[in-house]
Amino acid sequence: MSLLSVRDLTVKFAMRDQTVTALNGISFDLAKGERLGIVGESGAGKSITGFSLMNLLSRPGYIDTGKILFEGEDVVQMNDKRLRNLRGNRMAMIFQDPMVTLNPVLTIGQQMIETLMAHRKLSHEEARQIAIVKLREVYIPSPEERLEQYPHELSGGMRQRIIIAIALLLDPQLIIADEPTTALDVTIQADIMELMLELCQSNQVGLILITHDLGVVSQMTERTLVMYAGRIIEAGRTREIINDPQHPYTQGLINALPQQTVPGQRLKQIPGNMPGLASIPEGCAFNPRCKYATDLCRSRIPEIVHYGEVEVACHEVQRLNSDEDRQEARA
Amino acid sequence: MFAYLAKRVIQAVAVMFVISLIAFAIQGNLGDPLRELVGQSVSEEVRQQLRDEMGLNDSFVTQYLRFAGNALQGDLGTSYFFKEPALDVILKKLPATLELVFGATLIIVGFSVPLGVYTAIKPDSILSRIIMGLSIIGISIPVFLTAILMIFVFSVEYGWFPSYGRGDTVHVWGYWETNFATADGWLHIILPSIALASIMLPLFVRLIRAEMMEVLQSEYVKYAKAKGINPWRIYFVHALKNTLLPVITVGGVQIGTMVAYTILTETVFQWPGMGFMFLEAVNRVDTPLIVAYLIVVGFIFVVTNTIVDLIYGLVNPTVNIARMGA
Repeated sequence: MSLLSVRDLTVKFAMRDQTVTALNGISFDLAKGERLGIVGESGAGKSITGFSLMNLLSRPGYIDTGKILFEGEDVVQMNDKRLRNLRGNRMAMIFQDPMVTLNPVLTIGQQMIETLMAHRKLSHEEARQIAIVKLREVYIPSPEERLEQYPHELSGGMRQRIIIAIALLLDPQLIIADEPTTALDVTIQADIMELMLELCQSNQVGLILITHDLGVVSQMTERTLVMYAGRIIEAGRTREIINDPQHPYTQGLINALPQQTVPGQRLKQIPGNMPGLASIPEGCAFNPRCKYATDLCRSRIPEIVHYGEVEVACHEVQRLNSDEDRQEARA
Repeated sequence: MFAYLAKRVIQAVAVMFVISLIAFAIQGNLGDPLRELVGQSVSEEVRQQLRDEMGLNDSFVTQYLRFAGNALQGDLGTSYFFKEPALDVILKKLPATLELVFGATLIIVGFSVPLGVYTAIKPDSILSRIIMGLSIIGISIPVFLTAILMIFVFSVEYGWFPSYGRGDTVHVWGYWETNFATADGWLHIILPSIALASIMLPLFVRLIRAEMMEVLQSEYVKYAKAKGINPWRIYFVHALKNTLLPVITVGGVQIGTMVAYTILTETVFQWPGMGFMFLEAVNRVDTPLIVAYLIVVGFIFVVTNTIVDLIYGLVNPTVNIARMGA
């Protein structure tokens, strides 16, 4: 049985004058200890997917239909008490910006110890000892002193390590990391990623890594979902998706990487912008930006189907793989 | 710590200097003190002589320096009416006013936090809407009208509370006269306290609500939820502490303002405090008493604000008082 099984998840936002669909029929599975990347542009629904898994959407967003089976139990149906037991305990989350994630008026110790004591019957001192052990695991120097400090006394990288330590406090089955290094210096980004990889592997923790950085995905994850305008458009093993992307959007993303371009040349960008949730075009949401789009693409939403090693939602994937087009796409 | 304190004290002294200058400047524009002091039968020559003796013909600077020098030694002049040192007159009235402000503060603190937090957590509930509606009414009605309405309803119609005065008071520590030692004293202070609180309380409910709603949208509150923390702990530890930081700053200034508002409340309730005394002093053109009142109220303002700044430093870890002052 898989650790996490998401089926047909649809999330809507009730705005003042209309209701928009932010996630549309998302389905995927995650095995125990597996690391999954979710990539896509801003607004594709990556973060909303992450928050939905914990049932943490705040108004006006809500889960409309679908199931999120975590260890066999549907997160969507859980009552508040079950949800509290889930959050931070069996499923932990690492937020994007460590500068605003920790509460500025509480010490690191308070914020770690409260998490432990919310889920386990521990004395304050026992909780403190666990916190110190976990801070050591994320290579925080002199953890006893850190516990007495406030967030503003620590650097961004240090804070994100502490947030990783908090995520690991209760030995969860799954960690959801929502762009955990976007707000950090490039030099620290690699350290944090390496640390997360190491800890996930050694503790057999499942990881869902939400990012727009394909390089990070290829380094950190075993499988990848590519999202566009609230749908999964390509899914499969990370190696396959990076080396042999099938969907024109994924191809565009990979071609846009600086490594794919000769120095001095312009980066190959995908023309246009992702549509807003209120104005998703008919048919395949990507069709206005896609050079292979046909009338079919403009009228019918493609199903996600197995194609070779991956799953892909594209009407034209067959034609795309015929030799000449293939060459063109690769150019 | 010391550097910070020293800086605050220097600021306070500068503010007091300006206040004393303004208060003193008012003195010269409130009419001729001799007209109050001597009868009409005194000849112009004697008047001139008296002016010379009293130093009224000296330059403004000389007069101010003399005034400031005396003030520093605790001498704010002598009340024309009471024939006593003005400061003594005020200090006798001070306990009544401070107890009234204290009563109002208790009401404000006791009600604004729960009401503010509740209306922030449940903004759409009917009770929240009622509270917010009442708060608008509270802010809009002037203090003296609230006071008169309350006297009409609770003293005249129902006779539950007395309508004027302090009632039975008890002297403690030899000097301080308190309302809080007898049941009659309690009865007397309730209506004036509510009247004085009637503008500040709704203001604070709205302030706490607005701050709290903003804090509840913050990342760290979302993160606390993601850690599975109990909602009550999120509201009262994670959110409220952050909410109170700006509230403390505003609150400190408002306590000073409340001392000034007591003029209205005390007058309506015939409360024998500083505010009532001030109004009487104005009627009697008791210039030294007016000036002394302005200086004492200014002093209370400066002291409360300084204390509030220090408390803010203690509550907000990002302001480190020990290391500040550079």
